[in-house]
Amino acid sequence: MFSFCTDPATLSDLPWMACYLTTGKHLNFYAAFGTVLLLLAITAPAALAFGFAGAAAARSRFAPLSLLGKTYIAIVRGVPDIAFFLFFVIALDQGIEYLKHQWVCPDWDQPIRQGNDFIVCQAAKVPLGNAAQWVHKTYSFFVAAFTFAIVFGAFAANVLYGAMRAVPRAQLETAEAYGMTHRQTFWRITVPQMWVYALPGLSNLWMVLIKSTPLLFLLGVEDIVYWARELGGSKTPRFTDYPHGDWRMWYFLVLLVFYLAFTRVSEVVLDRIMARLTLGQATTGGDAQRRVQA
Amino acid sequence: MKTLILTTAALALSAGMALAQSQTIRMGTEGAYPPYNFLNDKGEVDGFERELGDELCKRAELTCEWVTTDWDGIIPNLVSGNYDTIIAGMSITAERDEVIDFTQNYMPPAASAYAGLNADVDVATGVIAAQATTIQAGHVAASGATLLEFATPEETVASVRNGEADAVFADKDYLVPIVEESGGELTFVGEDVPLGGGIGIGLRESDTELRAKFDAAIQTMKDDGTLNRMIVKWFGEGAATF
Repeated sequence: MFSFCTDPATLSDLPWMACYLTTGKHLNFYAAFGTVLLLLAITAPAALAFGFAGAAAARSRFAPLSLLGKTYIAIVRGVPDIAFFLFFVIALDQGIEYLKHQWVCPDWDQPIRQGNDFIVCQAAKVPLGNAAQWVHKTYSFFVAAFTFAIVFGAFAANVLYGAMRAVPRAQLETAEAYGMTHRQTFWRITVPQMWVYALPGLSNLWMVLIKSTPLLFLLGVEDIVYWARELGGSKTPRFTDYPHGDWRMWYFLVLLVFYLAFTRVSEVVLDRIMARLTLGQATTGGDAQRRVQA
Repeated sequence: MKTLILTTAALALSAGMALAQSQTIRMGTEGAYPPYNFLNDKGEVDGFERELGDELCKRAELTCEWVTTDWDGIIPNLVSGNYDTIIAGMSITAERDEVIDFTQNYMPPAASAYAGLNADVDVATGVIAAQATTIQAGHVAASGATLLEFATPEETVASVRNGEADAVFADKDYLVPIVEESGGELTFVGEDVPLGGGIGIGLRESDTELRAKFDAAIQTMKDDGTLNRMIVKWFGEGAATF
């Protein structure tokens, strides 16, 4: 990176550190923080959408839809994350390739399953075998985001399902008395009021989501924990210009600070949202706010 | 999210139709097992297998691309088609041969060795660290010692340094630079143990054509002596050659 980095062995501590911290590997490490933040930025709203759809489906008066919603919540919540991540991602990937295979190679005569092997024609690979590395990386990133959204969506669905039922019955009765239809009551009364009951559960989920990003490496996305382990491991001078001992502690300390800072910021933001949502609600929090204002 | 995935898939589809069907061979490796394979300071795959793989691809006239993956998932990802070869210091064993195929070996059967903090560790009864799902882990489990498994080779050595394990059992080629650079902290314990049928490239069982190409390329490298020179370059004068 810097011009004086050609022979690190001769450098004193400070320039050595400057060179060491700007190697290509370290730049990958810094970029991984961006990957993690981007994943959260995409996954959180997506999971909320899945959760909302799941909860609305589970509450539906149309029995098959309700069953579908409840099955989704029960199955995804019940399967261990790691098993789900390993199984679902490979199944999803093979499913996409299978569909594409049926489309682009209709006259393929060999079986797709040959023993342990899953074989589709070259043109049906997703992404294509000869696609650039970044295409592969982007693809696995979105598969990862999708998987996270499904898993956390199921938990969010359960939280929202409970929150919808926590809206005081009197509110719904009033809506009915005003002649609102079932749909109107749902959108105008239940949904705006449920958030105050959902937020504590959702904020828990958010905190768990922040800390579960190391699962990314299972899906082939190199996250910050992977790089911290790789960079912190002791290095012998034969294979690097920057030999050092076991520095994993320092790298994990950086991660610790990052995660603590991030969860702290989240807490502050969530507290503000909570205060905003409590405004005028028939809850203890809402009462407390009223008394302060009066 | 769904639309994003669909858009990506649609994009990949249309691109697939436009492009000619030239195949890129994706080479899967671990990137954490020097000198076989590791990530260099630039974050690229480097090491004996990088140099060997690039040479083999040149001789077999293939375009190759390197991919790193977790050791635990290295075989499942191969059979489901996420890459086309495993070139990651993987010993040829009967169990693995049932699931995937191997080329002829490009490294002769290499010795595995124990390394510990002092030379009088009893490797038959002590706590021995090894990387999970390796032939070394299988050997330790069968030997009667207490097996302590780790996901990466680096962690197995760290567990000896911090006293969690009495010794680590791994490929000797991996341990030699570590023991030499440790300044006397680590030492080899007991006799070397020959394990496995050498190291080969792992391929899907259905990929017979690709296997034939790599087999032929390895044979030419064995015949003209370049393979031996490469082994000596990365593993030192004492390494076993063909």
